[in-house]
Amino acid sequence: MGSDVKLRVSGIEKSFPGVKALDKVNFEVRKGTVHALCGENGAGKSTLMKIINGIYKPDAGEIFIDEKPVKIQNPIVARSMGIAMIAQELNFIPEMSVEENIFLGRLPVDGMGRVKWGEVRKKTEELLQSEHLPYKATEKLKMLTTSDIQMLEIMKAISNDASIIVMDEPTSSITQKEVELLFKKIDILKAKGCAIVYISHKMDEVFRIADDITVFRDGTVVKSMRAEDTNIDEVIALMVGRRMENVYPKEEIAIGESMLEVEGLKSGQLFEDVSFHVKKGEIVGFAGLVGAGRTEVMRCLFGLDPIDGGTVKVHGKEIQIKRVSDATNAGMVMLSEDRRRYGIIPMRSVKENASLAALEKFFYGGRAHKKEETELVAKYFDKMSVKTPTQDTPIQSLSGGNQQKVLLAKWMMREPEVLILDEPTRGIDVGAKFEIYKLMTETAQAGKAVVMVSSELPELIGMCDRIYVMCEGHIAGELQRSEFSQEAIMMYATGTHSIIQE
Amino acid sequence: MKSSKSSQLMQKYSIFFVLLVMIIVSTMMNPNFLSGRNMTNIAVQLAVATILAYGEMVLIVSGLLDLSSGAVLALAGVLSVSVYKATGNMLLAVAVSIGVAVAFNMINALFVANFAMPAFIVTLATQMAARGLALLYTSGQNILQIGDYAFLGQGKIGPIPIPVIFMVIATIVISYIMNQTKLGRSFYAIGGNEEASIASGINVVKSKYMAFLINGVLVGIAGVLFMARVNAGLPNGAVGYEMEGLTAAIVGGTSFSGGIGTTSGTLIGSFIIGCLNNIMNLQGVDSYIQQVVKGGIIVAAVLYDIRFKNKKAPKVILKKKDEEEKKDDAPKAEAGA
Repeated sequence: MGSDVKLRVSGIEKSFPGVKALDKVNFEVRKGTVHALCGENGAGKSTLMKIINGIYKPDAGEIFIDEKPVKIQNPIVARSMGIAMIAQELNFIPEMSVEENIFLGRLPVDGMGRVKWGEVRKKTEELLQSEHLPYKATEKLKMLTTSDIQMLEIMKAISNDASIIVMDEPTSSITQKEVELLFKKIDILKAKGCAIVYISHKMDEVFRIADDITVFRDGTVVKSMRAEDTNIDEVIALMVGRRMENVYPKEEIAIGESMLEVEGLKSGQLFEDVSFHVKKGEIVGFAGLVGAGRTEVMRCLFGLDPIDGGTVKVHGKEIQIKRVSDATNAGMVMLSEDRRRYGIIPMRSVKENASLAALEKFFYGGRAHKKEETELVAKYFDKMSVKTPTQDTPIQSLSGGNQQKVLLAKWMMREPEVLILDEPTRGIDVGAKFEIYKLMTETAQAGKAVVMVSSELPELIGMCDRIYVMCEGHIAGELQRSEFSQEAIMMYATGTHSIIQE
Repeated sequence: MKSSKSSQLMQKYSIFFVLLVMIIVSTMMNPNFLSGRNMTNIAVQLAVATILAYGEMVLIVSGLLDLSSGAVLALAGVLSVSVYKATGNMLLAVAVSIGVAVAFNMINALFVANFAMPAFIVTLATQMAARGLALLYTSGQNILQIGDYAFLGQGKIGPIPIPVIFMVIATIVISYIMNQTKLGRSFYAIGGNEEASIASGINVVKSKYMAFLINGVLVGIAGVLFMARVNAGLPNGAVGYEMEGLTAAIVGGTSFSGGIGTTSGTLIGSFIIGCLNNIMNLQGVDSYIQQVVKGGIIVAAVLYDIRFKNKKAPKVILKKKDEEEKKDDAPKAEAGA
């Protein structure tokens, strides 16, 4: 391929505390082509892209642009080298106008240091016009829809005269029409000789526009190949390919009577007509794409968001859920998907974090019983193999996996009847994952009901007895263990058959 | 392990050592400093500010604060004094002061807890309103000849001045609430991470009301002690006392970002400021310079809090950030295909 390689990385390694995110990664993008990166969540795609964009520094390895070694210390350097990144998370300031956002960090100034607003306005309007974006340069970003903003982000990156463009899930929140617009744009960029890295979970998109495909798994490159030499099945197999038996401590458990019954649950525009049940000893999964409404359902069940309709029964008894304590008093607990936001009290000790949901166990008779607190916390930490220097260590200095286990201990201390886990293994290492799976199995064995929301299909398939698949605020399908397959789940999750059966 | 434990101990009590060093230095500068009379003097002078500081500590720990306590103190105080002058009933007068202060704090709590307004804004507004009402009620005149009411601020039970007794009781009660009750634990939780507290089943609205309620009782008591000590009902009194309270709480290690703060720390913080004032007065330091020094002390205390006390913080923050970004790699995740 020689000189037509625009970007090449070689032997890149990157570790985070407790996780090796990238291990000896080699990867190259040719001029005038689209190179798609595929892989499960946490496979290392975004980490690699952040290294290329100068957000992270690699622990080892080299980066070449036009076969010349380069050091990319930060995003500004990356930009000056012609690298543009369309991030998955939108980086905009809602209170600023469209033009201010587009020129953020690179406002043109005159000799006196004054901003040349005229030039900003003119360039912005040119860009908006040429891209047929239907809003004013002076409009505040917060007035725009998410899809408008994403489109703007794409256009901003492209307008930058970039020769290497990284697109991280660019179509996650834009409409089909805009996707077509984007693809047309990509064709033009290819013709201009740009090298494009395209990260997407959407296989149909990948196979439509990619010239090359590289599959990542667990921080390593599994395989790089030409798109025409492969197919969807092979890519998925390469992405998933792991030994499931050892990873998931699933046990046969006698399934008992119904524990949790939800009928016709509804909340605003988020979801409606959601009905499901979970029996004693059962682990029930919730699959679906982002925004399908899984987390929203669980939040409502747990009293964090208002319920607009439907009934919830625990142990056959209907309960009214208005706040979290209504749910916890009925024996339901929920481990939130967002550990930092809804989980930890960062500066408080692990002990206080662990006992927070069961304070009445330690505060009675007009005083605190701190010895009992210490003992019970120690018992649960032991059970969950929480690793912490002392019980008085602030939880923020623990690793993500240990924080998660402390939070699980917090909920297990309430001895719940229904354990809801929302993305319990997100962003934590394999060891902690296994502990959490083990706990799920033990909880089910004790005759409790377990609900797991997850975006990782292997984990759902490995651990669950049944899986509900949600799509656009509805339950689109229900699968028994014998029917489990990634294809079947994705079919319901996307609401399409064509992609899979190609 | 051992060294980390002893450094932890140092951290925990370092603020106490600061006070100790200050007392030693002050005594060397002026032998009168350590005399029983001067010490009693300091304690009496500190009582009102310390009681207010406890209220601020409870609120700041809960992620709130009160800018109105000085003004509410004045309003509650003048109403209390005039009730006493009209009825001669000391108990009723004290009840009025506490009642008025609690009422104002319930208004604060209503807007903060139920309408999600920032405590800064709400209490800034009630500060103005309370001061205005105090001046309106008294037509801007001081209420003089308050008779036996002054006993509450100037009297003694045995050898101990009454304000000091109130301060001791407040210290015990606040320390009990913060350490021995579910409520105290919930203050630390909601100030540390409100959303996580809600998701843990803590009644955050109720906790905020309780924090303001406690502050209200303390401000009410401070109102009585203040007016009794100055021997008049001063509608213009106690201006800026909320800042004295805030300063003591912060110097005593209360974290302005919430979730961290102790009763003992606040007490010591208050004494540090009190001793500083006292020694500067004894040495005849110009009162304007005193203010400058106090400003410096606040900056030093907070700087110390950020730099020294959380020595390991930078590492932790870095790690946290890395992890967060790592986590962000995977979020919003769509399933496998």
